[in-house]
Amino acid sequence: MEILVCIKQVPGTSEVEVDPETGVLKREGIDSKMNPYDLYGVETAIRIKEQTGARVTVASMGPPQASEILQEAFMMGADEAALFTDRKFAGADVLATSYTIAQGIKKVNIPDLIICGKQTTDGDTAQVGPELAEFLSIPHVANVTKIIEVTDKAITVEMDMGHSVEIVEMLYPCLITVEKGINVPRLPSFKLKLATKNKKIPFYSLSDFEDKNEKNYGLNGSPTRVLRIFSPEANSDRETWTGSGEELTGKLVKKLKELKFA
Amino acid sequence: MDYKKVDSKDIEFLVSVAGKDKVFVGDQIHETYSRDEIVHAGKYPDVVIEVETTEEVSKIMKYAYDNNIIVTPRGQGTGLAGAAVAFQGGIMISTVRMNKILELDDENLTLTVEPGVLLMDIIKFVQSNDLFYPPDPGEKSASIGGNISTNAGGMKAVKYGVTRDYVRGLEVVLPDGRIIEVGGKNVKNSSGYSVKDLIVGSEGTLGFITKAILKLLPLPKISHSLLVPFPDLATAIETVPKIIKSKSIPTAIEFMERSAIVAAEEFLGKKFPDKSSDAYLLLTFDGNKKEEVEDAYEKVAHICLEAGAFDVFISNTQERQETIWKTRGAFLEAIKASTSELDECDVVVPRNKVAEFIKFTNELQKEVDIRIQSFGHAGDGNLHVYILRDDLGETEWKTKLHKAMDRMYDKATELHGLTSGEHGIGTEKKPYLAKAMGPEYMELLRNIKAAFDPKNILNPGKVC
Repeated sequence: MEILVCIKQVPGTSEVEVDPETGVLKREGIDSKMNPYDLYGVETAIRIKEQTGARVTVASMGPPQASEILQEAFMMGADEAALFTDRKFAGADVLATSYTIAQGIKKVNIPDLIICGKQTTDGDTAQVGPELAEFLSIPHVANVTKIIEVTDKAITVEMDMGHSVEIVEMLYPCLITVEKGINVPRLPSFKLKLATKNKKIPFYSLSDFEDKNEKNYGLNGSPTRVLRIFSPEANSDRETWTGSGEELTGKLVKKLKELKFA
Repeated sequence: MDYKKVDSKDIEFLVSVAGKDKVFVGDQIHETYSRDEIVHAGKYPDVVIEVETTEEVSKIMKYAYDNNIIVTPRGQGTGLAGAAVAFQGGIMISTVRMNKILELDDENLTLTVEPGVLLMDIIKFVQSNDLFYPPDPGEKSASIGGNISTNAGGMKAVKYGVTRDYVRGLEVVLPDGRIIEVGGKNVKNSSGYSVKDLIVGSEGTLGFITKAILKLLPLPKISHSLLVPFPDLATAIETVPKIIKSKSIPTAIEFMERSAIVAAEEFLGKKFPDKSSDAYLLLTFDGNKKEEVEDAYEKVAHICLEAGAFDVFISNTQERQETIWKTRGAFLEAIKASTSELDECDVVVPRNKVAEFIKFTNELQKEVDIRIQSFGHAGDGNLHVYILRDDLGETEWKTKLHKAMDRMYDKATELHGLTSGEHGIGTEKKPYLAKAMGPEYMELLRNIKAAFDPKNILNPGKVC
């Protein structure tokens, strides 16, 4: 069985400032890390590997330094890696990103199962996984909260639909996006770091892809236009109440009803 | 000595000092004021007063001194040895309202605070200014006054030292009400006896701290941890002297057993990234460059693998650090939740004797037939050993507890260790301190106490 996990490098902290002039994230001097949701994806793949002997490939799209997170995936137990990197991919929105990754995966090999994190902590769209499946014309299930069974031909998963939980069996090849909390991702192993430090990570650029038309990639291939990026205003409205437990309980219930929480 | 009992005239005086809404008598006194986190004494002060200024403290102390009334200083009550419990009644002065950060002096790198400021608020405040207050006790809701009074240590002592190392100056109200300042913002001080250092760790027996000037450091930008699984606790702890010998300086070296991790998981309802092994070391390295931190921990990682570790797991992101350290921070509460009652021993031994001490407690557990759990600061030799009551009856519990405690304190003395590493003596550890240090030493302590407080009204019966 072949599994491919899509991972992304994101800023190491949630407190990235936005340049008020240009609307661009100030990334200088800020440490980066693997998107926290993708850790759950990698962990899901490694657990299936431990159970079935599957081979796990991790893939990312990004600048050359994104190979750092691919190396980290080796330290968690991934077997192979691929990086889709080209200046022409820069400025991609969800559509162009999904298309680029789809092209890359076609080049590497379409696996039995593709796993993505539900979303990233920098873009937060949760759209790349499903769009990628559409470009590859394979079925997909998003918001997976549990892997129930993995067989030679299909995977059975539980997905969180907000107001209901659905259990689905899906034939390979297919794609899932996993929720935060589906497992506890293991920490990177120093032993695996030593064992995989000379492992090569192949880079793929536009010239390696089947579709070489620049207009389909990066900013050119992105119908989305970003007008402005800004930090949301922090709401620090607060009221302080004093009184006995009973009084306060009554007041709290009333307030919650007013605010339509109850 | 005969103390005066608090009467309505005294209450009137206190109300005149601080106002009616800050003075609490009888049923108005909250239950938490009758105990601390370990010593559930059920002993209430006659009156609790929540002061706001140094002058108020001074007036109350003078009054109490003149009238021979006992005063117990009180911070957040998170102590573990009974020092902030009013065993003999009297006036309890709470610093809960003296909770202001007064000044950040970035030219001297000092922070001036009132004693009731919480440790967590100090940490947060200085961090937001790119500065660092290194002492890191697990209990972040403690007040800084309490931390200073016990010379609290915490998890970064290996590299950065303890609270005393970060107290530059103090404003103190003496038992007779006079106000003195010791230390200040000065880096050096050879000006006679260091009264400041006597006050630090005096558990509220020598003076009432009303202001503290703390030393700050620039905030290290990066902090990574290693979680190192070992086949057993002995192998884990025996690795620590090798790490120290290698001259790399982690900020923290903690040891933990699977049972503590499992208890903390249940307590927090959160999973820990690995619990497949019986014993772990948890080390942290900090610095300003990723490469520098990685070089430091790789050296130690190799030492651990050579010493028999199964692997070395790397925690290098905010989320990973939070998961691990939150679990570590919950150990005491988790162990508390797992039993009916407990008592603790917080001895400190030379770092190359930690393994021997832990081995001893494991044998003691069988010998006395009582459950003993331990975790702690392997890197600084400070052990936290908890004796758990579970379902033992009162007599059996007391007998077994005393036996186990006596044996542990004797063992610490034999290994040239000390009675308390960071929790203090209070009332609970007094017999053990006296036994370990001998009569001459205890007499010296009592003479020091008498020099500050000839009428013995400020927190009497504590420490010595």
